[in-house]
Amino acid sequence: MFFPHTDEDKEAMLRTIGLDRLEDMFQAVPAARRFPELNLPPALTEMEAMAEMQGIAAANETTQDLVCFLGAGAYNHYVPSAVDSILRRGEFYTAYTPYQPEISQGTLQAIFDYQSLITALTGMDVSNASHYDGATAVAEAISLAYANFRGKRAKVVMSPALHPHYRQTVHTYNRGSVITIVGDDAENNPQQSPEALLPLIDDQTALVIVQYPDFFGRVYDYTSLAEAAHAVGALLAVSVNPIALGLLKPPAEFGADIVTGEGQPLGIPLSFGGPYLGIFATRQEYVRKMAGRLVGETVDNRGQRAYVLTLTAREQHIRREKATSNICTNQGLLALASTVYMSLLGKHGLRQVAELCYHKAHYAAQSIASLSGFDLWTKRPFFNEFMVRCPAPVAEINAHLLDHGILGGYELGEEYPELSDHMLIAVTEMNTKEEIDLLVDVLAEVSND
Amino acid sequence: MTEPLLCEISVSGRQGVRFPEPDVPLASLPDDLLREDLPLPELSEVDVVRHFTRLSQLNYCIDTGMYPLGSCTMKYNPKVNEEIARLTGFAAAHPLQPIETIQGCLMLMYELQEWLKEIGGFAGVTLQPAAGAQGELTGVLIIRAYHRSRGDLKRDKILIPDSAHGTNPATSSMSGMRVVQLPSDERGNVDLEALRAECDDTLAGMMLTNPNTLGLFDENVEEVTRLVHESGGLVYGDGANMNALLGIVRPGDLGIDVLHFNLHKTFSTPHGGGGPGSGPVGVVPRLVDFLPTPIVGIIEEGDEELPPLYGYVTPSKTIGRVKAFFGHFAMMVRAYTYIRMHGPQGLRKISEYAVLNANYLMKRLREVYHLPYERVCMHEFVLEGRWPEIPDIHALDISKRMMDYGLHPPTNYFPLIVHEALMIEPTETESKQTLDNFVDVLLKIADEAHTDPELLHSAPHNTPVGRLNEVKAAKELVLCCNVGALED
Repeated sequence: MFFPHTDEDKEAMLRTIGLDRLEDMFQAVPAARRFPELNLPPALTEMEAMAEMQGIAAANETTQDLVCFLGAGAYNHYVPSAVDSILRRGEFYTAYTPYQPEISQGTLQAIFDYQSLITALTGMDVSNASHYDGATAVAEAISLAYANFRGKRAKVVMSPALHPHYRQTVHTYNRGSVITIVGDDAENNPQQSPEALLPLIDDQTALVIVQYPDFFGRVYDYTSLAEAAHAVGALLAVSVNPIALGLLKPPAEFGADIVTGEGQPLGIPLSFGGPYLGIFATRQEYVRKMAGRLVGETVDNRGQRAYVLTLTAREQHIRREKATSNICTNQGLLALASTVYMSLLGKHGLRQVAELCYHKAHYAAQSIASLSGFDLWTKRPFFNEFMVRCPAPVAEINAHLLDHGILGGYELGEEYPELSDHMLIAVTEMNTKEEIDLLVDVLAEVSND
Repeated sequence: MTEPLLCEISVSGRQGVRFPEPDVPLASLPDDLLREDLPLPELSEVDVVRHFTRLSQLNYCIDTGMYPLGSCTMKYNPKVNEEIARLTGFAAAHPLQPIETIQGCLMLMYELQEWLKEIGGFAGVTLQPAAGAQGELTGVLIIRAYHRSRGDLKRDKILIPDSAHGTNPATSSMSGMRVVQLPSDERGNVDLEALRAECDDTLAGMMLTNPNTLGLFDENVEEVTRLVHESGGLVYGDGANMNALLGIVRPGDLGIDVLHFNLHKTFSTPHGGGGPGSGPVGVVPRLVDFLPTPIVGIIEEGDEELPPLYGYVTPSKTIGRVKAFFGHFAMMVRAYTYIRMHGPQGLRKISEYAVLNANYLMKRLREVYHLPYERVCMHEFVLEGRWPEIPDIHALDISKRMMDYGLHPPTNYFPLIVHEALMIEPTETESKQTLDNFVDVLLKIADEAHTDPELLHSAPHNTPVGRLNEVKAAKELVLCCNVGALED
């Protein structure tokens, strides 16, 4: 317990206040409701709590114990030691949002560094200080587009090959809005190419949303989609895997207006799904429609260069019901993690990791495709994730893999019923050739042979 | 100060971390899809560590001192939480693993749901929302879905007191609701007459912060919730101020139908310089079916030999997902540890001492700083940072001067209903000695304001940078280092 009060302190403070007992401070609380008995387990000391928590953690078998080929939006990458070493500095993690810039320059300049690296990676003009995750960043892209057309366009074309959780989040966010979302319904076969979205784009369309690489790992150049959107005045939003951008064309090059993404691969541990990092970048002309915090450069009254939260008039604490988003707390510490990660890897390191993912994934894909009964689902270029059709139910195969210490791929049938015998396999720089060969050997045991 | 930017210390040819050469045959790269240039900086590990260490030293933080931001609950963040959240059994768990392999994670989430239900007086809890504002969105969408499920389609009005956080009206708008602001009465409570006038058949609900942002517990809270319920509306509780209520009263017992908790306030998870937060939402029985999917449940009961099997459950009328995966799990681990180390008596002590600290500060400062609402406060209180005889001294000047004495200022200019507001929340983790020092500084500054006002106007003097030109920042918009000043 972390309160320092001695009995003497407590008595002295109560005397100052003019009350006899702590209970006397709560007279405004209805007497019948006051001081409920909480049915919770009794307190533990730190030593006991540590032992208990170690026991709970040990009840999990994780990517440290198992060979991991699971991705689908969260990836097992190496996190260099310096990342967490910086994150553990109390000056960063026990600070609040930098509303008082004179004593928050560390946080502010780190966010400015983050904005700089994200714009460099995506090719966009501006980045905000983060959203919650890849899913809510897409939802916020819709708010930007809707605000951009001053509410006059309410149609959004969304690819069925956008992460299912992201699509579901977008639908939840728009439950109370006038936005209509088309393209990701059951009739729109997830296997078809992005060109299938073209007929849906019209002069009522505010935004077209795709993923890069898409949820199935495929890499498309979205130039034709961007052109079709721009021809009717609509915007294009692209949800990215930032590691892929170490190798692949940045979305700005094919005309993206908004780039969102899940920043977890950039030095953030898997942590059973969060906290992660919502990347959000756009073109200069939309900066005032963008939600979330922004750090800008300025000078202080001593003539020094310094940093400050800027364009705050867009935000909820000023605009209240007229704000485009209610976001307040964001993912500050995770943005810092990604900034340290990108700084350590830099220009060459990020490309190296991206290439390792690419080559290892292709080696795995070719090896699995050579097994009888397993078909590589797409001939498209892919990055580090690919889909295979399996000769047996995916759950059965994954159970078999688990018996051999392997965390198998994502079971696509869970979100795409028509893909019920398909598995999405992710490979990263963490997977050695031996691990990939082991995966192939164990899969061979369930092949048709 | 002036620490250079990353792009300014980059030297071509440096790399802070290297990776092994490929151990597989190389595949051909898709030439037409490759990027030509990756304009990231090139730095050694030493460069990177020193850059960020030097930056860190420009920050104020809880580990260096008291952080009395009202409504932010900047309590000490226990170090043990940081260790436990990093145990590989938690940190290396992939969110889509088969449930049999991650029973530890699921059990922890299930128990935390149960504990928050008990603490808040609720029948169901989701841990999914990423932060308080997303918890609000979740809650208001639940309220909306509840009315619609009953065919009650015309309810689109949300009442929000004028003392509320800005997130409340912003959330209501995002959810497609109409916002009507309610005034506060002269004791800082919700104005009951104004409330009665708005209680009609278009009322979807009310967003109530209790204790409110004045730090005052609404003396008519049960009347407020009764009136809203009587007209068919639901009451949303903004749990930002739960640090006053642990073991003191359960919001669900007061008629609050849905409430978000801020794990990053009440339950000690660190603010991280602006996040991550975590905003679980609790609901009463009639709203349980509307919770976001999935929640964690027991899918096979245990027995004497086997523990239960935990898994995912989709509520029957769920509003859907509010984010990918299951929420900020690493924050849940910290909050779980914190609750486990306190137990029921310890939790009550947290709130008692948080309220004691606030009342002690309020009592000692009110002689010199005007206190607009004369009542026993809860975990925070609001003073006016102005004196009629020196009209050119503002709350901002007082705040900036506090930095010269090594203190973080309180929240300024909020709530909006108090002039020159200084909103002070000391939290329970500060000692009497720390509070006394805080009082001494504020009394000294009040004295300086009268005798040497220029000292305040030109403050801060002892910080790494002085007051910033915020107009220039917004006008010239330099938002990253590689593009330079962008044209407006």
